[in-house]
Amino acid sequence: MKPKNRINKNITKNSTNGNQRRRIKVNYMARVEGEGGLDIRIRNDKVTDVKLRIFEPPRFFEAFLRDRKFTEAPDITARICGICPIAYQMSSVHAMENALGVTIGGPIRELRRLIYCGEWIESHVLHVAMLHAPDFLGYQDAIAMAKDHPDIVKNALQLKKIGNDLVTILGGREIHPINVRLGGFYRAPARSEFNEIREKLNWALETAMGMVRWTATLPFPDFEQDYVFVSLRHPQEYPFNEGRLVSNDGLDIAIDEFSQHFEENHVVHSTSLHCLKKDSGNYFVGPQARYSLNFDRLTPLAQEEALKAGLGKTCRNPFKSIIVRCVETLWAVQEAIRIIDNYEMPDSPAVELEPRAATGHGCSEAPRGILYHRYRIDDEGLIKDAEIVPPTSQNQATIESDLRTMIPKFIYLEDEKLKWQCEQAVRNYDPCISCSCHFLRLNLDRDGAMVSLP
Amino acid sequence: MIQARKPKLAVWKFASCDGCQLSLLDCEDELLTVAGAVDIANFPEASRAVAKGPYDISLVEGSITTPHDAERIHKIRRDSKCLITIGACATAGGIQALRNFRDVKEFVSIVYAHPEYIETLKKSTPIAEHVFVDFELRGCPVNKMQLVEVLNAFLNGRSPITPKHSVCMECKMRGAICVMTARGIPCLGPVTQAGCGALCPAYNRGCYGCFGPMETPNTRSLSDWWEQLGVTDPDLVRAFRGFNAYAEEFRKESEAHEA
Repeated sequence: MKPKNRINKNITKNSTNGNQRRRIKVNYMARVEGEGGLDIRIRNDKVTDVKLRIFEPPRFFEAFLRDRKFTEAPDITARICGICPIAYQMSSVHAMENALGVTIGGPIRELRRLIYCGEWIESHVLHVAMLHAPDFLGYQDAIAMAKDHPDIVKNALQLKKIGNDLVTILGGREIHPINVRLGGFYRAPARSEFNEIREKLNWALETAMGMVRWTATLPFPDFEQDYVFVSLRHPQEYPFNEGRLVSNDGLDIAIDEFSQHFEENHVVHSTSLHCLKKDSGNYFVGPQARYSLNFDRLTPLAQEEALKAGLGKTCRNPFKSIIVRCVETLWAVQEAIRIIDNYEMPDSPAVELEPRAATGHGCSEAPRGILYHRYRIDDEGLIKDAEIVPPTSQNQATIESDLRTMIPKFIYLEDEKLKWQCEQAVRNYDPCISCSCHFLRLNLDRDGAMVSLP
Repeated sequence: MIQARKPKLAVWKFASCDGCQLSLLDCEDELLTVAGAVDIANFPEASRAVAKGPYDISLVEGSITTPHDAERIHKIRRDSKCLITIGACATAGGIQALRNFRDVKEFVSIVYAHPEYIETLKKSTPIAEHVFVDFELRGCPVNKMQLVEVLNAFLNGRSPITPKHSVCMECKMRGAICVMTARGIPCLGPVTQAGCGALCPAYNRGCYGCFGPMETPNTRSLSDWWEQLGVTDPDLVRAFRGFNAYAEEFRKESEAHEA
């Protein structure tokens, strides 16, 4: 049931004075997390305006964190996002520990990496199979896709479940886990608790490899940009919680220097703040940035599969982010296996921390990219000031830039198809709007013709 | 009577983290079965396809925080035969209801450089404060098996089985040792509705109230016990002002400890 006139109502075409105007509008972006839209204006086949509009209602986390206890930060900030709560828990505990001058090593550090593996697997596979793949194959959703590709969807669901199981074993539940605390965990699992999942991870490894190979066969538009990639980089590891912030244009800073190099701007069309790199403007965070800056830190198997899938050591085609997510999923499965095989239960599940007046910075690699937290606490351990910069607010300007560059290549498409192409380009970034508001509808105005597609 | 068509299911989002509707996608083993039993008519997180109402079942996540949303919920109610709210934001206003105890203007100016761009209400309120709600499913996040149970119940025209007793009962059922009596850890379990399966006590920590107040909770008595464990008034205020801060019983108890 696709009534033509319903679409036409939202497309305004105007060719007065010889000026061809189109406006394409997506009122409510589907298959992204949170509420946002897109508003695109085209004059004489030239894109004149692109706005990624975010109307997710603001929730004011930075404000109500004031005067909460420093120990509450991981549980409260987890509620910013139901898809990546571990990222919030990890960035906040590391920021607080940084404030108190504590570094956690040993098995607790390994367990933190393990629970993050679970979140990456769950979040990446959700996006790859349920949210992004249907675009490449022309389905409205994964459920429709499952009718023609049942094995792909069923295997993806089981792989996603294994990610969730890892989070559940360590965290108690998959969404807003309850076991992460400052200094470590409330309870450390016994070795035997990993027996069942360890078996399943062998299947997960094969399945993740299969997904890398399958996504490599999808049709990709010929589209690349010379991006500024930003991610964490660690001396030995593919990054999760630690390292320096680096870019492919020369940035190499400690996490606590973030605000000297990046700034948040408040624009009228978004309840999410736009974050820009002070010296170069737009930048790109997330799987593709991590991959391109840390290819040498991947396991030999993940490197080999990536190259076989046709990715270079740097990937500049954002549509191929779907392959990169599968490569990272494969890596995360291997990392989880490594951690479990070497796991020794810690003597104590956590290190006790005493508060003192201090400021701390934390930055971890959420599935969608770097998530920066800064807290100032007082002697009682009360939070006096908090700053949270999520990945999607950092990618917003790059998403808009992609659309400006991409649309002229697809200008021949009819409005409905152009709209879908634009949506797919946005979904390349797996935007997480609840996070950023702290996001999507598409309005495409092509020569005065307004398409407002729900 | 032969059912001529599958029931239409819609999922709606207001101010929230998306976690509760994600619970539906987290039902990896049940998802394709559930999707087979209903016609998913509006679920933007999962699908581009949108069908017009009326809908047989609407699941509503999130709280009302903007003038626009306060209008939107009425249209959804008009289009829905049955409206079920899911999660602490929708049933109690969520963590964002912490604004209800402070001046929201100050909040806007802390987070945004141009407060004039931001349109927001003074309070974050549960859906039931705006429209009639057929069923409220608690939790931050909801328990996904309870969500499947509620859907199953409404699809089959029966009442959902979701316990109203306290987390204490769940501790007894899973054989968890009481963290408060055995280890002196302050726990909200005695006044909090069951649903999580007593997760926190099983992980050696006190309950922090994700499922909101149980039926007729004795919050005053629990506060006395906490005080005996050395918990101060400001900490009691913070404990009751969590993810269900604006639920009546928790709100009143927190106010009783305010200086």
